Amino acid sequence: MSGWETVIGLEIHAQLATKSKIFSGSATAYGAPPNAQANLVDLGYPGVLPVLNAEAVRMAVKFGLAMGARIATHSVFARKNYFYPDLPKGYQISQYELPIVAHGSLEILLEDGSAKRIGVTRAHLEEDAGKSLHEGLPGFTGIDLNRAGTPLLEIVSEPDMRSAKEAVAYMKKVHTLVRYLEICDGNMQEGSFRCDANVSVRKAGAEKFGTRAEIKNINSFRFVERAINYEVERQIELIESGGKVVQETRLYDPDKGETRSMRSKEEANDYRYFPDPDLLPVELDAAFIDEVRKSLPELPDQKASRFARDYGLSAYDAGVLTASRELSVYYEDVVRAVPHEAKLSANWVNGELAAALNKENLEITASRVPAERLAGLVARISDQTISGKIAKEVFESMWADGASADQVIESKGLRQITDTSAIEKVIDDVLAKNPGQLADYRSGKDKLFGFFVGQVMKATGGKANPAQLNQLLKKKLGS
Amino acid sequence: MALTREQIASIAALARLDLSSSEILVYQNSLSSILDFIGALDAADTADVTPMAHPLPGMSQRLRPDVVTEADHHEQYQQNATQVAAGLYLVPKVIE
Amino acid sequence: MTDLHTSTLTELAAGLRARRFSSVELVRACLDRIEASQGTLNAFISVTRDSALREAAAADAALAAGGGGPLTGVPIAHKDLFCTQGVRTSCGSRMLDNFVSPYDATVVARLKAAGAVMVGKTNMDEFAMGSSNETSYYGPVRNPWDTSLVPGGSSGGSAAAVAARLVPAATATDTGGSIRQPAALCGITGIKPTYGRVSRYGMVAFASSLDQGGVLATTAADAALVLREMAGFDVNDSTSVDVPVPDYVAALEQPLGGLKVGVLKEFFDKGLDPKNEERVRESLRVYERLGATLTEVSLPNLPLSVPVYYVVAPAECSSNLARFDGVRFGHRCENPRDLQDLYRRSRAEGFGAEVKRRIMTGTYVLSAGYYDAYYLKAQRVRQLINADFVRAFQSVDVLIGPTTPTPAFALGAKTADPVTMYLNDIYTIGANLAGLPAVSLPCGFVDGLPVGLQIVGPHFSEARVLQAAHAYQRATDWHARVPRGYA
Repeated sequence: MSGWETVIGLEIHAQLATKSKIFSGSATAYGAPPNAQANLVDLGYPGVLPVLNAEAVRMAVKFGLAMGARIATHSVFARKNYFYPDLPKGYQISQYELPIVAHGSLEILLEDGSAKRIGVTRAHLEEDAGKSLHEGLPGFTGIDLNRAGTPLLEIVSEPDMRSAKEAVAYMKKVHTLVRYLEICDGNMQEGSFRCDANVSVRKAGAEKFGTRAEIKNINSFRFVERAINYEVERQIELIESGGKVVQETRLYDPDKGETRSMRSKEEANDYRYFPDPDLLPVELDAAFIDEVRKSLPELPDQKASRFARDYGLSAYDAGVLTASRELSVYYEDVVRAVPHEAKLSANWVNGELAAALNKENLEITASRVPAERLAGLVARISDQTISGKIAKEVFESMWADGASADQVIESKGLRQITDTSAIEKVIDDVLAKNPGQLADYRSGKDKLFGFFVGQVMKATGGKANPAQLNQLLKKKLGS
Repeated sequence: MALTREQIASIAALARLDLSSSEILVYQNSLSSILDFIGALDAADTADVTPMAHPLPGMSQRLRPDVVTEADHHEQYQQNATQVAAGLYLVPKVIE
Repeated sequence: MTDLHTSTLTELAAGLRARRFSSVELVRACLDRIEASQGTLNAFISVTRDSALREAAAADAALAAGGGGPLTGVPIAHKDLFCTQGVRTSCGSRMLDNFVSPYDATVVARLKAAGAVMVGKTNMDEFAMGSSNETSYYGPVRNPWDTSLVPGGSSGGSAAAVAARLVPAATATDTGGSIRQPAALCGITGIKPTYGRVSRYGMVAFASSLDQGGVLATTAADAALVLREMAGFDVNDSTSVDVPVPDYVAALEQPLGGLKVGVLKEFFDKGLDPKNEERVRESLRVYERLGATLTEVSLPNLPLSVPVYYVVAPAECSSNLARFDGVRFGHRCENPRDLQDLYRRSRAEGFGAEVKRRIMTGTYVLSAGYYDAYYLKAQRVRQLINADFVRAFQSVDVLIGPTTPTPAFALGAKTADPVTMYLNDIYTIGANLAGLPAVSLPCGFVDGLPVGLQIVGPHFSEARVLQAAHAYQRATDWHARVPRGYA
């Protein structure tokens, strides 16, 4: 694929975590029986009218402020007209010419450690559509309008990404941000956070963008990467074999790992946008925007640099620990209990703990080892009760049994041996039992030092303090 | 401005209206004469005039508190629907 | 009992409170007159006899207990585009022939709360699109003054019902003249309030930025009483205005002395029937005698109001009526082959010819490549027309002129050419574009047919235009004339 450049822009749809819908008093909770949460407004009944949810506006402004965007003091809702069974009114209320948020940007970290700024063209409020169910109804599609009218923030990026990996990094960045702001639960399985990817390719160095295809409704980071990579390959192969990319909507099929054309959506895409006469312009004054600004939490980037600065962490570690608000809270809970071991705590959270969570596919909030217990373990390493190596064994028990570090150390007798005379006694035994190796060492085979360390550790069950052991062994062998 | 049969057919398709060929002819004539009539607007000088979308200028959108006020009435609401099953509205199978 | 139908609503409400007659008697009399008239006038789509008599009995009980509101026991009819819980709301369309609303429109709920008894739902042009009531799926309404003529539209059923004294008042809606034009053609009084004054919640939308609910009655005083009860802020309508409703009834008797009347030059154009013009000029002299001063004013952009309207209204209607897709409510075609067939046939079968024409006009003016030339251009000219009104109201209190160019015309006279029909609203559309309150009241007769006088005021001047209409009705008796056969 050399000689080609990929150009990607993402449209991310984040469902806002309001209690009620954007234009009606229906609940937005996931998983209700079909149409139980679709009221007359959501169903588009004759005569009903929309009234805008204040919280949806506040959340959109929050997002805009968090990425340094311009907040529109005057924004307008428009109707996007098209017929589809999951769209009850025959139009979607969205924002077109005057969105509530515009001109922001977010920074992503590339694999080589450098940072890249991704422009965010706009973020606008709109209503979600319902769901079509194709299973179990021979000859029919069933329509559930519970989701219709759920507030969405559509976050539109500039075509600034140049690889699937960059697109994923950007999507993760937005995901982290909306969860920090508590404006979206980020649940991708339930569709609360999903994206459309606009993908095109061009010859390296070309100025003009190639024709793009829009891949609709991708709902996992993995699928975004795969869908884009598949699409890039498809487009390059198409062009190289003399074909032309057509501008169209495509669907990613995760089972087949490919994208395919969605001709049904292509039929008529003349959306006939016009300002919705049922809604008035949204006018936000400085006081409203200031109030929202004051409610902003510490943002991921701010937190990462604070972690690096205050806890002496690498940019990478700080980035990982702040990738989710919950993880950063967990880490700071640990550090609060062992303030002098911030770096060691970070290693444990990003190392053993992350591996254990990963293995069972658990969120940090469901960790079997809560923060105060991990802090207890770190404290025992810190005061030399156990070595780092033994600590891994202790952690495994804590994870499996839910015990505290001290309980495991006591019950298994894992306390580290720091008594000089005790260690010396073991060293003497080992040397006495291995006269041949001792002679070889003395005749110059320095490498055998490690052999003696190993034998002592074996005899003490790994509990000998490694530093002391080194020092004492050197003294014995040198004498 | 005279509209062609094809234009009428494509407007009807966009509006999801099934029209017979005699109806297409009727609408071809009447829409053309309506467009001629509307054409009088061209004479107005509207440079620098802001479009008026709403008859009460200066009013802005009121915001509703985020409160759930609705209960489940889907059975009652679905009495107006011709085809429902298991709480779902039915349409002929949609292939995506 | 025989004179109940010629009493005003104000008199009836007082009579009920004084218990000179019962609501059941009154409502039954109305129902009997409605049923007797249906064959000739066809003013109603649904008559709710049983629930009306039940509500009347409850009203009598409330009155007997010394309770009740300002309209308790008074019969009233609703235009069939106001949603009424448990009662078919058809909008004059096959599309909604089987539609039973699960909720009450705010207007319906407020009048119910004030004690009014609904006797039925009135006939109308399909989805309020028409000026003659000939587009109704339920057949045309006929004018009580001459049944070979149209009653006007789109609120033709409400107007004919009030004119024939079947009900003392009826609700109606006005998007381009649909209250005032039928009021003029039927010789009664109708008010279209300021946009945002009456909640649109529960009114099946035609053109959202123009639609406004109002009332048809025989006198301005009755219109004032009903409007006072139906108007006011509604949290369910984002375009409803949170301004207190004055007591329009209490304000009626304020003297007119010093009222500055603008005589709109553009209303006296070549399209105005000379005999109509005579009646209107005579009325202006009545106002002078009542102490008003007349000034001629000009709204140079007003002649463009009809072309603006026939861009804006169809555009909004094409979108508002997209919800009628045969899925959740409304007409659904038999055995659709596929989804598109379901949409296209359900809509083709459910909508009548004029509704389809407007949907297509609106679809076209909003479509890619034409939006700027038509829709945006029209909204710009709308701004110019609005500015003309603002300027005029800096020097005058109200504008007075004819409501329509001619009296009622024959059924079928204008159905062949839609543009000719549209021009019937040439004097009324301006008030919709600018959102202004306007009244039409009877001001004399031409060849035995009533002529309407229109009074337009600035935003929220309902009290003032009703005063002006009331003062005229104190000085004349045109409003008391009843069509032959209905006296």
